[in-house]
Amino acid sequence: MDDISTGSESDYSNSWIAWFLSTKGNEYFAEVDEDYILDRFNLTGLNGEVVQEYSRALDLITDSLDDEALDDDVREAVETSARFLYGLIHARYIVTSRGLSKMLDKYRKADFGRCPRVYCYSQPLLPVGLSDIPYQKAVKLYCPRCEDIYSPKSNRHGSIDGAYFGTTFPHMLFMVYPQMIPAKTQPVGEVSRGLGIAGSLTGAGREQPSSVGTVSTAAAAVKAERYEPRIFGFRVNEEAKLSRWRTARRDTQIARLEALEKEQAQPNL
Amino acid sequence: MSGLPERDLDPEELEQEEAFDSSSQASSTQTSTITWINWFTSLPGHDYFCEVHEDFIEDDFNLTGLQSMVPFWKEALEMVLDVEPEEDSSKIPDVSIVENSAELLYGLVHQRFILTKAGLQLMVDKYEQGHFGACPRVFCHATHVLPCGRADMPGVDTVKLFCPNCGDIYAPPSSKYSGLDGAFFGTTFGPLFFQTYPELLAAPFYASPSTSSTQPSGERGFSPSPSPSRIGGETFVNPNPHGGQKAALGRVYVPRIYGFKVSERARSGPRMKWLRERPERAEELDLVDRLGRWKDQVESAPDGMGGKGSRGDDDEMGGGGGGKGALFDDEDEVEEDEEEEEEEEATGQSNSAGGAQQPQAEIRQYMSRGHIEADEMLVVGLDAKALGMRGQARRTGRDVEGEDDERSG
Repeated sequence: MDDISTGSESDYSNSWIAWFLSTKGNEYFAEVDEDYILDRFNLTGLNGEVVQEYSRALDLITDSLDDEALDDDVREAVETSARFLYGLIHARYIVTSRGLSKMLDKYRKADFGRCPRVYCYSQPLLPVGLSDIPYQKAVKLYCPRCEDIYSPKSNRHGSIDGAYFGTTFPHMLFMVYPQMIPAKTQPVGEVSRGLGIAGSLTGAGREQPSSVGTVSTAAAAVKAERYEPRIFGFRVNEEAKLSRWRTARRDTQIARLEALEKEQAQPNL
Repeated sequence: MSGLPERDLDPEELEQEEAFDSSSQASSTQTSTITWINWFTSLPGHDYFCEVHEDFIEDDFNLTGLQSMVPFWKEALEMVLDVEPEEDSSKIPDVSIVENSAELLYGLVHQRFILTKAGLQLMVDKYEQGHFGACPRVFCHATHVLPCGRADMPGVDTVKLFCPNCGDIYAPPSSKYSGLDGAFFGTTFGPLFFQTYPELLAAPFYASPSTSSTQPSGERGFSPSPSPSRIGGETFVNPNPHGGQKAALGRVYVPRIYGFKVSERARSGPRMKWLRERPERAEELDLVDRLGRWKDQVESAPDGMGGKGSRGDDDEMGGGGGGKGALFDDEDEVEEDEEEEEEEEATGQSNSAGGAQQPQAEIRQYMSRGHIEADEMLVVGLDAKALGMRGQARRTGRDVEGEDDERSG
């Protein structure tokens, strides 16, 4: 077991980043290329004012710090700053094309957990921040199926700063990889449609290749399932009304998008 | 360990021993009075159960129809009620089979019991103490959830958790509930519970605090706590006396890229906002007919945007440049769209090959296609150009208001 305070000196890991990533609770982080960190341009705006012990922290991250000479207090401060700095660099890195592809691999492995919503069928999640400024909000998880955000299950993840991932990341990922947008319908292989159908749904979520990337997504939401409260089989008035109102909102958007698509298709004909 | 316990070993004592073995958190300290029900509900993963009153189980009427569903009915019932088994019951091959039956029996009786007044009362106590956990959805702000089933027959589906704020159901966070049958709670319990206690159910409408301002700047900042005056219900009244009486936590997540909303025109744009949206006022619910269509649109042809007056049109869903409703109404929009088409021809359909490109180039591309809100194009343009000069860097703090926290150094 690595000792946290002296992690960089550990025999078990060859680099600080590798050690950091292997630490429990840091499963959400991707490995930032050393080249990326070494390019000072990428660190623009990160300096001693933002990160205490900036230069030592940077040296620690890049394994060029000789911390034999430091006393324990300083070493600890540098260690803390290094995590902070790594987080901020990480937020920038994961929206680059290399960072996106690394995070995509983690998403495919469901490293960020799965959506707790029943009708999302264990859809893998992506980390997202609610602010790009550190110390504001903890990291949340974005579900591309229901397009909503959830809190991580474990406290260990729930206390990671959201700014280490940023507000942009998951949406950038699906802009760059639109073929990865999951369909809103039930994944193939599951029993179809609705209430009272068999199957333990948790853990079943397989990576379904969605056709969304190649076709229009205007009507993608049509088949999304919803929970329908019923008392002895009868729908509940107010909930049913709200549900119908939402249906109308959904169909309005679909009509709007389809009209737009038609409009855009005209000149090409 | 087959066969019935020996005569001199009282089954009650056996169960007590088990209670000590398998459950360290058996709540009762007076071990002499622990019943099977006490023990069963204190097992790990059984904390969603309430304790069914014994007289409810003893009333045969309440058990109507269950007999055919539970094997070893008599023995199971005896076990649940801690009744000494009769001597001639030696036909049972294994105690564990009876235990399974007893669990099934208890679960099914539980499903019925929690619909009674006494059961609802027990469950509301547990609910208010948060025994069932909290909603994982961020904008529900840890609203307490309630266990519910998706089927009333056992063996169909595991227990789920219903959130009275978002009205959605979730899988329990811990795997210790993964063996718990949803039928032990049933489909009716959740909705009936909130009909009985409407003060715990969120109202179906929600007026966002920034109703007056249609600009997104008003609702930036993601402050998690809704204004306190709206919480608590003193100032809040739902005109429908049978509906939810609690002010809804109605924030909806808005995806943003570098602070700019992702336009719904993008292929990856928002498609599911309706799932969490609520109308601003209760009356708006009546604008929809029974088939989920706007009433004023059923006769007239849809003009692309019928949802009048609802919140989303104003501050969230409308195309950015004031293109609320008719996207091509004002001239600016038309011009932009022409540009957009030219751009699109020029860049070709390289979207699917986007993975290889730099994100900064992507921004420009999306921007030019109108995938980023139109009125923000200029700002994005500058930003993207600056970013495009040099490889992979970006500024993190850039936001709608042009906050420049990162560049200060």
